Amino acid sequence: MVEKQGADTGIVSRAVSVVHRTVTDRLRTSAANYLFLVLFVSVFVIAALYADIFFTTRNMANLLRQVVANGLVSLGMLLVILTGGVDLTVGSFVALGGVIFTGFADTVGILPALILAVSAGAAFGIVNGVLVAHFRLQSFIVTLAMMGVVRGFVYVYTETPLVAMHPAFRVLGAGTVGPISYGVIITAIAYLLIWFFLNRMHIGRAMVAIGGNREAVRLAGINVTLTTILAYLLSGVFSALAGAVLVSRLGIAQPSLGFAYELDAIAAVVIGGGVLGGGGGSAVGTAAGALTLGIINNLMNLFGIESYYQQIVRGIVIILAVMARRKQT
Amino acid sequence: MNAAVRLDMRGISKSYTGTQALLGVDFSACGGEVHAIAGENGAGKSTLVKILTGAVQASAGRIFLDDTEVKIVSPRHAHRLSIRSVHQHLSLVPNLSVAENVLLGSLPSKLARPFVDWNRARTRAAELLRSVGLGERDVRTPVSRLGVAQQQMVEVAKALAEDPRILILDEPSSVLTKQEIDRLFGLIRRLRNERVLVIYISHRLEEVFNIADRVTVLKDGRLVGTVNTADTDKQSLIRMMIGRKLDDLFPSRDCSPREEVLHVRDLALSGVFRDISFSVGKGEIVGMYGLVGSGRTEIARCVYGADRASSGTVDLHGRPFRPTSPRDALSAGIAMLTEDRARDGLVLFLPTIDNASFAVMRSISHCGVLDVRRQRRDVTKMVERLRIRPPRLRIPVESLSGGNQQKVVLAKWLLFDAPCLILDEPTRGVDVGTKQQIYGIVRELADRGVAILFISSEMPEVLGMSDRILVTREGRIVDEVARTDATEERLLSSAAGITSTQ
Repeated sequence: MVEKQGADTGIVSRAVSVVHRTVTDRLRTSAANYLFLVLFVSVFVIAALYADIFFTTRNMANLLRQVVANGLVSLGMLLVILTGGVDLTVGSFVALGGVIFTGFADTVGILPALILAVSAGAAFGIVNGVLVAHFRLQSFIVTLAMMGVVRGFVYVYTETPLVAMHPAFRVLGAGTVGPISYGVIITAIAYLLIWFFLNRMHIGRAMVAIGGNREAVRLAGINVTLTTILAYLLSGVFSALAGAVLVSRLGIAQPSLGFAYELDAIAAVVIGGGVLGGGGGSAVGTAAGALTLGIINNLMNLFGIESYYQQIVRGIVIILAVMARRKQT
Repeated sequence: MNAAVRLDMRGISKSYTGTQALLGVDFSACGGEVHAIAGENGAGKSTLVKILTGAVQASAGRIFLDDTEVKIVSPRHAHRLSIRSVHQHLSLVPNLSVAENVLLGSLPSKLARPFVDWNRARTRAAELLRSVGLGERDVRTPVSRLGVAQQQMVEVAKALAEDPRILILDEPSSVLTKQEIDRLFGLIRRLRNERVLVIYISHRLEEVFNIADRVTVLKDGRLVGTVNTADTDKQSLIRMMIGRKLDDLFPSRDCSPREEVLHVRDLALSGVFRDISFSVGKGEIVGMYGLVGSGRTEIARCVYGADRASSGTVDLHGRPFRPTSPRDALSAGIAMLTEDRARDGLVLFLPTIDNASFAVMRSISHCGVLDVRRQRRDVTKMVERLRIRPPRLRIPVESLSGGNQQKVVLAKWLLFDAPCLILDEPTRGVDVGTKQQIYGIVRELADRGVAILFISSEMPEVLGMSDRILVTREGRIVDEVARTDATEERLLSSAAGITSTQ
């Protein structure tokens, strides 16, 4: 009896220590990567001090709606950064997705137009991916050049802003379920899928690893070229989708849409623990990074700070986030 | 001349994320002695040295220099205290000249601060180079034009630039030839006479006995003891390092002829190697020995498809295939553990569980979705079997010691379970205990029928492990020796191209 009890407590204490160890290991390894949480929370605390204007359903719904575009673009950017590259073409993809979606909505219908927009993003994404992964050109240069190429195509397609008459044109960006817009729901689903992809699928794990050590991954028998191309493809897809949602919310597609979006996207990934050149980054972190930037923008709008000052503040926040990460490691 | 320095480190502890690297270590030494630090990989030697050079700070403990307590907060601070070190990893600027590298941070100035006195700099650099036996070198040569061994000596010259009182040499001999080591030892003896304290870290026990007056042994981050080299011998030092006796490393094996698994025919890579033909049988361990640059690694990489051979074929179980990528080789059944784990074996920021399962991830996935339960179970089994320390699945492999990192790489290929396994320097940079463990595992694999090509530049290892040995020289296989006929002399003369026997 006594002996049996002893065995039981042995098992229990061992189980407890295993659980304890797993949890502390996870916390420790994530300590560096999850530092953004501190930033996120402190921004939130500032927001809470002005709860009466910040925590209203209207403002919250608004905030999330405004995060959608950068949220989707950042998600694609995360994948490319994980492979050790950077995608500067994303802003042009946003414009491409926006004008194609708007331009075709009336003639082929909403869903086919959306598919066309996303496919265009995917096609140019593949071009980026092949140039980087197969021809081994520098990601920075390739995507910088393609930024001009894609923007050029957008202007060739239309020099003037486009609008669409289709009754469902505004649904994607402005339609809501309760207070939540469809765009927000799409973004949330995209993040869930990418989280699953990166953590539970073998290609996703390989993508995370490539930026850390491409050669080790190749020698383990993984198709590094295809995996890298996939990252650029998905970046094109998410950016074009962001463009479609954005024009649907705004009601108009400017060919200048998405200008300098790559900066906010890189910022969101880096604030969320991403490392340029590969070796870190996560879907959860990027979501928090995009939200942090969104809240900062929202607060500054609520306080009526002029947009030029906003740029200054945002830049400082990004530098602080990166500095905080350096201290940790 | 400086007065002899007295160094006293008391109760030094250091913990990194998840691991206790040092625990309450005492270390004392004084000027005019050569003091070796010995211990297995992960014993804490490097950490102790890093604390002394200000690269990292101790979590606890005190350091006294000449009875005055010091807190060494940065490498610059260590320099000011006249503590200099030469590391395993070179820290030279390749495109700068030898003179600039040697005097980096202490270039003599003239008139006012910002102007470099180049004449004095060159004279001083040349003087320092002469003292390390590189007198014939023009100090204006860029460092990148020197060989590794000469770069190592430049590194030593750099450490001598400001008359150190404590000089730390961390595995300085790993890239040096016999003559260069002798010259280095001459230099060390001269420094000892000048009452400098030389702290010498090396895996090679012969060197420790050759050069050191005293040796301090660490094990698992703790102090085992400090002894005079004159009062001890190799066996007891090994016992101190691994805590047990190291007698029968290589038990004999049955090596009767067996069915062929891997057959390489006329493999060639233009300008690197040619006419390479050999076979490895089921359950056979074929050693491959050759000097650095003889082509052994290149041959293996082409068999595995990591590089593409220009001609030739590889058969596996009688089925010919042209290895064009590691993916092809793996699906045919050839796996390879590459020689440099940090460069092409591990993704350092990712944890053990990922690193150990990269090769099998696809096969343990259903419709692209990883079977995470199976992954965890399989990797846990490997961690237990190989005794990977700490036995955690989710800490980044960069926080593991070298030996444990190597075990993670080994775990990756054990999980893949190929019928043919190429091991390129599987015990490089690994301590004695882990080496023995790796030997055991390799034998076990062979006993289970795996065909093994065992590449190593360590003679005792090749002799002890292999059933048959291939010797490479200048891109060709120049000799094939059965286990029973293999001697050090035979292998060396074949590898070096000296035809003395027969």
